[in-house]
Amino acid sequence: MIISLIRRDVRRGLTGAAWLPIAFFLLVATLVPFAIGPDARLLGRIGAGALWIAALTAALLPIERLVEPDRADGVLDQLALHGVAEESVAFAKIIAHWLTFAPLLLVAAVPASALLAMDGESLLRTEVALAVGTPALAALAIAVAAVTAGLPRAGALAGLLLLPLAVPLLIFGAADAMALEAAVSLLLTAGAPFVSAAAIRASRT
Amino acid sequence: MSNVASLASAVSLLRFEGVTLRRGGRLLFENLDLTVNAGERLQLTGPNGTGKSSLLRLAAGLLRQERGRIERAPLALADEHVALDRERPLIAALGFWSGFGGSNERLEFALNTLDLAGLIPIPVRLLSAGQLKRATLARVVGTGAPLWLLDEPLNGLDRGGLDDLEELLDWHTAQGGAVVAASHLVLPGDWRQLEVGH
Repeated sequence: MIISLIRRDVRRGLTGAAWLPIAFFLLVATLVPFAIGPDARLLGRIGAGALWIAALTAALLPIERLVEPDRADGVLDQLALHGVAEESVAFAKIIAHWLTFAPLLLVAAVPASALLAMDGESLLRTEVALAVGTPALAALAIAVAAVTAGLPRAGALAGLLLLPLAVPLLIFGAADAMALEAAVSLLLTAGAPFVSAAAIRASRT
Repeated sequence: MSNVASLASAVSLLRFEGVTLRRGGRLLFENLDLTVNAGERLQLTGPNGTGKSSLLRLAAGLLRQERGRIERAPLALADEHVALDRERPLIAALGFWSGFGGSNERLEFALNTLDLAGLIPIPVRLLSAGQLKRATLARVVGTGAPLWLLDEPLNGLDRGGLDDLEELLDWHTAQGGAVVAASHLVLPGDWRQLEVGH
């Protein structure tokens, strides 16, 4: 049952605009050399941090289509009637969102690192950090999408909610503190299904 | 289907005991007792805003009562939300739901009765309002649930749709299923009436 939910959300993610956050990620990475100037040493030093900022802003883009369409269309209600717990729905959505978002992001980080004049070692460290941190980004995106579903101007509100919560991921990810990054990622990923489920239940009228 | 038929006629599929519902500070109904037995049809009537749809959502377990007890059999709800993936062909969108413990034979029966068989390769977003209503009904039939909750089932249906709905209702109640429908219009067949809000 969870599998069929994941499959449904992955299909919806891919037929939607899965490339849009990735294009945005590359665009932000492109802006950095324009803003900082072509100093390769300086770019190389700030590259990892710039990639993290690009990843965080890209994670905001799909939020409005993660939960709200299913709420508005009655799909969340029907799942409840079929005995599927809201926690399971949120868990499936987190996995599906990670699958449509993270692998593409990890691939896009390669050309982005070239734009930022990062060396191979620094790219590898950032890739590992992104791989560890993206489950938490996906989990935060679902939780924030569930909390803001049905609200007016949900997109802007979602940014205000998500970015502060993602700060620990950003700090430990960019500083290459992998144990702490993994701990924060685990905490956010494990907590998000329960937050999302409570938000879905509370939004029922 | 035998599991539905084997429910003896006196089995209640929905029971409210002293149920009170308040929404947004407004008391919609108080101390409501209600029993719907297998094979029965109950129509909820009353002017707009008296709580017909809320009663259905409460019966479905999507709202919480303030007081009282509710027992319910497995049920299916058709309200104004279609709950079918708009980009997918009709058959795939319906198949997603009948995959949760429903059966394909039931779904096929529903598609034929509701005159939807010719539309199954069409993406849901291209269907008209009346066709969407029929598709919502087909989703309900496909679940195999013994209790159907229908909110304004006639909205958008044409004359032929009315006849198809009557055929489905007869088929369902003959097997020991029960239906609760909210509508201010005259529904086809014999219905017990309950005026909500009094």
